[in-house]
Parts: sequence; structure tokens; C-alpha cells
Amino acid sequence: MSEFQTVFGSLNDYTKGELKIINDDPKHYVFSNIFDVASKSKPYEKVVVAINLEYVIEAVRAEGVSDWYAVAHDEFAIVMDGEVRIDLVKLDNPNAVAPADKQGAVKVKGEPVGKKMGHIVCKRGHQALLPAGAAYRFTATKTGVMMMQTVLGDLSVQKWAEICYK
Amino acid sequence: MSAAANVLVNASAPSNETGYRTFTLGSFKISRDEYFVHVTWPAKGQQMKHIMSADAFLRAMMRDVAWGFFYGWVNFDGMVGTRNKYGQVEFYAGRYAPAYHDRGLDLVETFDTPLIMATFKAILEDFTNKGFDPFAAPDETGSSWVGKKNGSNTEAIDRQRQACKRMPGLPGDAELRTDSNGYPVNRAFADVVQDAPEVHAEAGFENDVHAMNLFAYLSRSDVTWNPSVTSVCGRSLCCPTTEEYILPIKHGNDRVEWFVQLSDEIEWEVEDKLTGLPRAKAIMKAGDVAAMPANIRHQGFSKKRSMLLVWENATPELPEMYESGKLQPYPVNF
Repeated sequence: MSEFQTVFGSLNDYTKGELKIINDDPKHYVFSNIFDVASKSKPYEKVVVAINLEYVIEAVRAEGVSDWYAVAHDEFAIVMDGEVRIDLVKLDNPNAVAPADKQGAVKVKGEPVGKKMGHIVCKRGHQALLPAGAAYRFTATKTGVMMMQTVLGDLSVQKWAEICYK
Repeated sequence: MSAAANVLVNASAPSNETGYRTFTLGSFKISRDEYFVHVTWPAKGQQMKHIMSADAFLRAMMRDVAWGFFYGWVNFDGMVGTRNKYGQVEFYAGRYAPAYHDRGLDLVETFDTPLIMATFKAILEDFTNKGFDPFAAPDETGSSWVGKKNGSNTEAIDRQRQACKRMPGLPGDAELRTDSNGYPVNRAFADVVQDAPEVHAEAGFENDVHAMNLFAYLSRSDVTWNPSVTSVCGRSLCCPTTEEYILPIKHGNDRVEWFVQLSDEIEWEVEDKLTGLPRAKAIMKAGDVAAMPANIRHQGFSKKRSMLLVWENATPELPEMYESGKLQPYPVNF
């Protein structure tokens, strides 16, 4: 048994940290907690928790089966809690779904048309590539939380005042 | 003088007393003795002098070299450090210590990056004794930094920062960390699950359907406070790192930087970038996300080795956009 205990968070067991202001505005630190955000989110709502120009990190509550999404650029998902299956389809006509200049994820209308690429099952700490030109769908076999590295898109939700220290 | 990659490093002969060389970089002189590193510079007709514990100096300089002078300012402490001008690098003493700067007792000199990099590497090689690893936590590397010149540790200081092009484990990209390629699980992460994601790729898509255990990858990091790159989305870089003890530098931002605490806890002290006056403390626990604004400097304290995801935007125009006021130093208004 290790003398060290590594502490990860989860939907059911997390402690939000503290921000102690000496001479500044707490809003400047945009301080939130991914598990706290996901605990109040709708399934697969893409809540922006970090933004740097057009790039974002989103906190996503993984619960049940998601819609199909597609992206024109790579995205990455890190499972922070729970277990998530990711199904991938190589779109026959990706431009018709997510044009090359489209940023962020878009919802696919109906079932994606293309070849099945395969699927991945991720548990806590696992990171998956969601490749450009593919459609993907999440199935949470256990409700959990994902962190998405992507670009600000039509589905991204910004609600800073609700999630951050003020 | 010694030549490194066609750059002349100005170094003295080894001291008869300590065995260490004295290095000259512009008007600065950098030397060490059994315990301390000394930086001297001329100002107002006198020779100014700054002293640092040699282990703290080596840990700071090691990060500066490994990060290629990083984004913005790398303060070794409140007195000396570097500012990356991307192609050139400023080395300063007292510039961001108002008591010195306001009285004209500071000095800033600008060097072409290859010269200052070669000089720093030569200093690291000379000042690092056998058995001391500036990347390691104090508990792992002990006190072999103390004393007169005693060998070197080239293997430790020549480590390359691990940066993927897209994601580690993809064909042609950075390798995953395993026992067999020299990355055993760190003692502080012995309890981190080492399972792998289930990857079921259809024929023809073996190179596109890809996943890794990021937490396991991090648990095998052999360095502290030295981000690797584990995913690239345009110019958005996820740069996770493992942190133990004290960030050896105070990083002054030239752009907004974000932290996502993946495990355990780090306490951050945030100061004004120019004056060093305290502005805030952020105590980040697993799942916390916080921005480090573009006008601050920060230093982290991690009592147990922890996993931190540093998220950077590598857009080259960003420093100018913040410097000119085109962008406010904070990421959002709400």
C-alpha cells in the first residue's frame, strides 16, 4: 500500500477550492469546478469553463445517450468521472455536416452517413481523440463528467456568472 | 571561452577553491560557491550583487532551459530572471523589484536566444553536481547540490520536453510512457490505476480510433513542474504536468494561461507582474479551473505530487495583443 493517496474528484465527491483576494477582482480568475458545473448541467450540455480567444475547455455531464456530433477539427475528451462509450463514424460527406471552416461541434441530423470507424470505452483519466471529419456519439454506462478540448461553437454554453466565484 | 553550436559562451577557468567556473553574460557575472549562486551587475557606478541558494537557482534555470524561455517572464525569484521576446531574451536583475528599479539600480540586457540558451546550458552543466536532479522533488534528489564541484549530471539536465504533434501514442507521434521505455510509476502515484481504454477499431481505422490513459501517463512523469504536450487542437495546447514542492520560478504571464487541477491540491500565490505586490491566493483542488490573467506572476506550492493541466494558447500574436491593450488581461467579462 502506497504511503501516498492521490485525490481525484467525482460528481459525488468533490471539494471546490478557494480564492482569497488580496487586491484584485475575483472575476478575473474565472474560478469554477468541473464537477460542480456538471452537477448542475443538462446531459451533454457543453458548458465553457475556460476560454482563450476562440479556443475553449468545456465541462460536459455524461448521462445516457447523446446526440451524434461532428467536427471539422480534432477535439479531445478526457473522462474525469464515470464510464463513457464513444462511437465513431467516418462521414461520407463531412463538409455537408460540418464545413471545413466551421468551429466547434455541430449536431448531426439523424444518423450519420458513413463507415463505422469503431468505438472506445473510457473510464476515469482516459483521453480520447475525436478526429476531424468524423461523427461521434457518447453513451454513458455510468453517469459521469468529461472535459472537452475544442473550439467555441454554436453548441457551447457560456454562463460564467452562474459557475464562477464573484 | 567554449563554443556550443557556433555560439561563444564566456566562462572562466575552474576556480582553484571551488572548482566552479564564473560565467559572463553581457554585463552580468554568474558564479557559485558551496551553497550559493551569485549574480553581479553594474549600476550607477557600483557593482550590485544578488545571492540565491544554488539548488533554487538550478531548479529555476533548468525550467527556463527546458521550456525554451517559455511564454513571458521566468522569474528565478523576485530579483533575477528572463523575459522571452521570441528570438531574443532579456536577462534582468532588479527590474521587477521596485526598490531597485525606481532608483536605477536594476539592469536589463537583451541577448539573441542561441547565446543565452548556450550560456544557461553551460552554467547548468557546470553548477550541477553528480546526483543532483534539478527536475526532481527534494525528497527524490537530496542534498548533493551542496559543496565544491563534484562531477555532473548531464543525463538529468539534457532531458527533452515531451511534446506531441497531435496526441501521444498515435503513429509517428510522441510515445506513451511505460516501464520498458524508462518511465516507471512515480512513488507518489503508486495508487493511480494503470488500466487502458478499450479501443475497438474497424479495419482501416486503426490509426484514427485512439485513446490513452492520461492519468497513467502523468503518473509516470519523471519530472516536476515541466509540462508536456498531450493534445493539440489548432493552437490550443493541453500541457499537463506533475507538481511537487514549489514551482521553482515565478511565472509572469504574457497571455492568459489556464489551470485545470486534475488531482490533489496546489496553492497559488499571485502577485502583480511588475511590482510583485500580492493580489490573490488560489487554492485549487481536483476539478478546479482558474485563469491566470496576463498581468500577473504566480508561483505554486504542492504538498503532495499532483496532476495539473496547464492550458495554453500558442498564437504568436498574443503577447503583442496584450501589450498593446488590444486584449484586456482577463479572459471574460461577466
